[in-house]
Amino acid sequence: MDLGPVESFGFFVPELILGVAVIALIVADLVVRRKDLLGMAALATVAVSLIAVVATLPDKGDAYLFNRMIVHDQFSLFFKIVFSLATFATVWMSLDSREVQRVSQGEYYALLLASTLGMYFMATATNLLMAYLALEFVSLTSYVLTGTIRHNRRSGEASLKYLIYGGVASGTMIYGMSWIFGLTGSMDYAGINTALAAGQEDSLALFVAVVLTLAGFGYKIAAVPFHMWAPDVYTGAPIPITAFLSVGSKAAGFALLLRFFFPALSKLGDGGQWQVIGGVEWPQIILVLSVVSMTVGNLAALQQDNIKRLLAYSSVAHAGYMLMGLVVLSDEGLRSVLFYIMVYYLMNIGAFAIVMLVANSTGREDFASFRGLAWRGGAVPAVAMAIFLFSLAGIPPLAGFVGKFYLFAAIIRSEFYALALIGALNSVVSLYYYARIVRTMFLDQPQGDEGVVSLDWSTGGLVAALTVGTVVFGVYWIPVINLADRSVRFFLG
Amino acid sequence: MMEIGLTHFLVVGALVFLAGMFCVLTRRNAIGILMGVELILNSANINYLAFSRYSSMSYDGHLFAIFVIMLAAAEAAIGLAIVLGIYQTFHTIDVEATDTLRL
Repeated sequence: MDLGPVESFGFFVPELILGVAVIALIVADLVVRRKDLLGMAALATVAVSLIAVVATLPDKGDAYLFNRMIVHDQFSLFFKIVFSLATFATVWMSLDSREVQRVSQGEYYALLLASTLGMYFMATATNLLMAYLALEFVSLTSYVLTGTIRHNRRSGEASLKYLIYGGVASGTMIYGMSWIFGLTGSMDYAGINTALAAGQEDSLALFVAVVLTLAGFGYKIAAVPFHMWAPDVYTGAPIPITAFLSVGSKAAGFALLLRFFFPALSKLGDGGQWQVIGGVEWPQIILVLSVVSMTVGNLAALQQDNIKRLLAYSSVAHAGYMLMGLVVLSDEGLRSVLFYIMVYYLMNIGAFAIVMLVANSTGREDFASFRGLAWRGGAVPAVAMAIFLFSLAGIPPLAGFVGKFYLFAAIIRSEFYALALIGALNSVVSLYYYARIVRTMFLDQPQGDEGVVSLDWSTGGLVAALTVGTVVFGVYWIPVINLADRSVRFFLG
Repeated sequence: MMEIGLTHFLVVGALVFLAGMFCVLTRRNAIGILMGVELILNSANINYLAFSRYSSMSYDGHLFAIFVIMLAAAEAAIGLAIVLGIYQTFHTIDVEATDTLRL
């Protein structure tokens, strides 16, 4: 179906809810005295928008909306669920975060919801122009959110670095897009696909254009060599925003990347196997990015003293793991990537929630602030953190293990043995630095100057929900894999 | 007299892109770097307009260029606000001096 502007609104309810809420929050900030209500309103909005997305999950039929600018399909619905969940957890964390209490509440939550709206567009864009606009939408709001703590050196510096890297990456991306437009004569993904299938283009020029375009996507998912912003921005941003960027932004980057490389640059063959068209061997670029990302990410994480910075490098490594699923060019690989994104959401937000809990009472987030955490009132957070970290490392019976299992199964079935070996070695390396945090929390004795960490009900509820998810999906993951399975369906027109 | 065609515009676009990249990589002043980013964006604009004029029969390229100009303005506004904030806390906008975040 090809819908015009008016008929499209029926498929556009979650976006409308968020859009109206952004404006309402800005206005309410001017009139409402009790600023703490704004955060609750944002939380309710995200929940309503999530319900609106889930309500459209039963197949209403796929459609191009707004004259083929965006698309409504199962793939986009999956990502909208992930973004809503990530924002929900972020708003929840923000309500408890001491850093966020100091910033202007209305602006903060309006920007956060606006960023989520941008992510919705990133997952649905089927046009180069729309993809660029959505990416910039998310980027511009993220720059401000990163620098939201005023007169703070780290926050300001992080937002400056984010702005510079982001500007260069998106500039490079649209320069590459201009060449794709010139070579294929189309902005529309389906049009690009048709032109490529005819095979008239110079494949070298096209290859260069795709590599340049990849700079923008690679920067959003924080893959090496476009990752340089990640450690600094993750360290400088307020902790809820760090969690948001590490999960929401990364998932949005993957949504954009998958839709660009699969429906636009590849052709679906028999049995869920995709084929490269137009002579652009993009899986090889992705293969290199994947190997380099996980290796550089894991090796750099070994030497970190700041937990946020360590988790930043760990998130670079995880981008590498997830990219492995693209290399095999099959629906099975894509399914494992989607599954991993969902699992990554649970364990990574969980880890950042614990970091926030410690930072709230100690004001720091280095290894010393975690020393003997279990023996100074933080036994429950310490156990939860250990679960999240072991899940990130991929240890059974936790959800992270199942995610890695599906990824490795997909690449081994397509006989990429060397890649599987490199991935496995990387997982072993990553275990070292995750276990180092666990050792600090349990085996090191507190030296008396760290302060007491106490778990309040609100943060406790969030941590409990994420812990339960991480443990339960490690044992009973059928619902999630079923969701991922049905979500690997792009609308091809 | 040589006819000016698509290739000429593309070469200009590529040169502006490289100049922007060079500017970003060598400048130490935050405003200078932002100007380099503007150059990169404008190099893409040259390409869009040239391709739109010479090879595609639609206005897609023109539209894209208008959106890029608009977003460049938005990005400059946010960029300058961030740089102003940096100046207030660090009393300089030299990017080498703003290095609180290190290993």
